[in-house]
Amino acid sequence: MKPFGELNGLAAPMDRANVDTDVIIPKQFLKSIKRSGFGPNLFDELRYLDEGQPDSDNSQRPLNPDFPLNFARYQGAEILLARANFGCGSSREHAPWALTDYGFRAIIAPSFADIFHSNCFKNGLLPIVLHADIVSTLFDEMYATEGYRLNIDLQAQTVTTPSGAVYEFEVDAFRKDCLLKGLDDIGLTLEQAPAIRTFEEKWRAQSPWLFDVIK
Amino acid sequence: MAGKTLYDKLWESHLVELRDDGTALIYIDRHLIHEVTSPQAFEGLRLAGRQPWRRDANLAVPDHNVPTDAEERAGGVAGILDPVSRLQVQTLDDNCEAFDIVEIPINDIRQGIVHVVGPETGATLPGMTVVCGDSHTSTHGALGALAHGIGTSEVEHVLATQCLIQRKMKNLRVRVDGRLGLGVTAKDLALAIIGTIGTAGGTGYAIEFAGEAVQALSMEGRMTLCNMSIEAGARMGMVAVDQVTLDYVKGRPYAPTGALWDQAEAYWRTLHSDVDAVFDREVVLQAQDIKPQVTWGTSPEMVLPVDAMVPTIEAQADEVSKNSVKRALQYMGLHGGQAITDIKLDRVFIGSCTNSRIEDIREAALVAKGRKVAANIKQAMVVPGSGEVKAQAEREGLHTILLDAGFEWREPGCSMCLAMNADKLGSGEHCASTSNRNFEGRQGIGGRTHLVSPGMAAAAAIAGHFVDVRELGGHA
Repeated sequence: MKPFGELNGLAAPMDRANVDTDVIIPKQFLKSIKRSGFGPNLFDELRYLDEGQPDSDNSQRPLNPDFPLNFARYQGAEILLARANFGCGSSREHAPWALTDYGFRAIIAPSFADIFHSNCFKNGLLPIVLHADIVSTLFDEMYATEGYRLNIDLQAQTVTTPSGAVYEFEVDAFRKDCLLKGLDDIGLTLEQAPAIRTFEEKWRAQSPWLFDVIK
Repeated sequence: MAGKTLYDKLWESHLVELRDDGTALIYIDRHLIHEVTSPQAFEGLRLAGRQPWRRDANLAVPDHNVPTDAEERAGGVAGILDPVSRLQVQTLDDNCEAFDIVEIPINDIRQGIVHVVGPETGATLPGMTVVCGDSHTSTHGALGALAHGIGTSEVEHVLATQCLIQRKMKNLRVRVDGRLGLGVTAKDLALAIIGTIGTAGGTGYAIEFAGEAVQALSMEGRMTLCNMSIEAGARMGMVAVDQVTLDYVKGRPYAPTGALWDQAEAYWRTLHSDVDAVFDREVVLQAQDIKPQVTWGTSPEMVLPVDAMVPTIEAQADEVSKNSVKRALQYMGLHGGQAITDIKLDRVFIGSCTNSRIEDIREAALVAKGRKVAANIKQAMVVPGSGEVKAQAEREGLHTILLDAGFEWREPGCSMCLAMNADKLGSGEHCASTSNRNFEGRQGIGGRTHLVSPGMAAAAAIAGHFVDVRELGGHA
């Protein structure tokens, strides 16, 4: 996983509440057995005017001119500004895969759905929760200013606007550490293998019906 | 010291390690695997040269991509017409073979939707931690298990370490006092709860469903209720173990027997919240106030009783709500103030991990008996949740009742709940669906989903529009 340090990136809007994972990446693209290549189909139904299929040549498809991510001013965006309950719905990790494949590295919203929030961290994508009023301010400033860039400092846990306003955000200490160092969760957990084995033996003695049944 | 909640007990019993920063390593007893969210996890193991930690903790079954058409289904994996779907199911077979994981294959009688198969086979038991790369894993909480959906990175993590890194959730109790009325089901209860607390109402919480109305539910009804916890924003929902739970589990193929059963039962009987347990939040509903529910919009919280009117944009309190109602009405092709019963339907889908168990099929058949699907309904399909459910329904002759009424009787799978296989809605079509999500495009691009109970779906198929199943009679 790519370490996340400081990010100075262009912000783009997804100005709707309750954006669900079906909107982020529609189900027909979930049939891929790969982890990459979902970027061109991020927000597929909103982004294109036709119906996308896994084998479509996306470069030939008609773009929806009204969808902000298709506007020239938001090309190259790395920060997504969103509304409440972003990422609700399914547990599909294809949602953060599509967002990162597109180029997003952070999402700022008043709240996130639990599973999506956790999936983001596994993929080097930083979900930042800021108060709804602050998020609204950022939206207003972004709409008013072409080339609106935000500076995100994960170490300091701050978002800084072009005018110099600094907003602090909370982040789980463990997740922060993993993201800063680009650490692999599995490798870290396997360092605890002796503790897992000890627990497993105790648990097996206590609940033997849970073991060796499916074989 | 205050007593413990059911969630506290399940959490503490599986705690391998609690770290200073508040995160914890939690042991996973059962890992259910399906074809959509697992290929990249197996690939990860392969790339890192890792093996599953404990193979007997895993059980795999293909469900999302399997065809439900009998003819296509007969050809097994090789017979799946869509090459991309076929590759995904084939990849699951190959991965299970390579990593020595037990798989219930496509045409095994036990095959079905993973959340139907788990409880039905006894692979899911009370007191377990159960995870699966699917958000509706909350279903298994009905058995007094700690069950929730995970992403693909976590699927790989569980395969490799038998653990998950978690942070403890807060406790939310949803208490439903009194009894549900005749013709009002667990599905209506689930939708009414979501309508009350909203799709983000349970975010950050583990929900325990309790109260007289919940205790009175059958095991299958409790599964329907816990299934939709995620639509209320909660990763997990659960119900305390009682006699209903034990009666359901006893005799299942993977359930303990003899002395082991006695030992397990003694432990399982402790799986309830203590009387003096403290919940961070409690929501109380009165069962008698709940009527059959219908969703009118594009989020499960956009739900109303069947006798209500679709809301107007003007009545919304703030700009964000005005915008979402406006957008939903536009997408759904409805206008504010329209009666729910005036919504005409094009298709009906009875199935999904929410409502495809035997009691759901019985409920639909009871309404359909001796009646005919309305002429304006292009398709009314019933997709049983598993091969076992299908066989049971056929033993009871339910398929004949449904077929006579004009319903299709399909092979088991996820089907039109998310339309990853060939079953999907056309653009602009309205569907009465017993599934769990009415998101835009969920059942097919431009498709308009209305979530209802199986009885309400069957009644809508007969009437051609929504109707209160209680007026049609024949309900349980």
